Amino acid sequence: MSVHDYLYYIILPILALSALLIFIRFIMGPSLSDRVVALDLLITTGIGVIAIYSIVTDQPTFLDIAMILALIAFLGTVAFAYYIEKRKRK
Amino acid sequence: MTDYIIMFMATLGAAFVLLAAIGILRMPDLYLRISVTTKGATLGMGLILLCVAIYFGEASIATRSLAIVFFLLLTAPVSAHLIGRASYFVNTPLWKNSVMDDLKGKYSKSTEGSSSEESDVTDHEPQGDDVGQPKKE
Repeated sequence: MSVHDYLYYIILPILALSALLIFIRFIMGPSLSDRVVALDLLITTGIGVIAIYSIVTDQPTFLDIAMILALIAFLGTVAFAYYIEKRKRK
Repeated sequence: MTDYIIMFMATLGAAFVLLAAIGILRMPDLYLRISVTTKGATLGMGLILLCVAIYFGEASIATRSLAIVFFLLLTAPVSAHLIGRASYFVNTPLWKNSVMDDLKGKYSKSTEGSSSEESDVTDHEPQGDDVGQPKKE
């Protein structure tokens, strides 16, 4: 079993399953903060999927998108934290 | 040989991500969820991106993937702290079996937002000065 087969048939399904579990929490999270944490983890899992996919397809160019996703996840979480804190005061 | 290292590390990384996913689904409390998520996902992503660096074996791609790891290590604690702090001020409830709450009573209920910034500054400023002065000499 080559590396490509192993990553494609075992690692990617594990990552997809974890994305599904996170998405359940994203749907049913009781508060807004739960959803923000779930979204952050969902994007982080997406970075992992992109990294594995760049090995499977032999195209390292995908890593640029992973870097941009990491930036966007951080900025989104900071913006949501700011919004949650300010929303209380009105 | 390199193939087995990549397989091993990818399995470990995927296992950590799966554990973080189970943790965020099963943990009873927002703060416990943040704790599980940040550590598990950061370690899992570090291992998977290290796999990419080993597989391609070129300096430019290794630098790129290690930069992503460095950025994740830098930003994951910051964002977890920010979101936990914001949701504590909004009175997100703790788990009913939580043993202790160190911040209880430190922030008065009426002026949560404004008093938070002041008390943070006064708490940490003396320590920062003590650390900063010896470096200048």
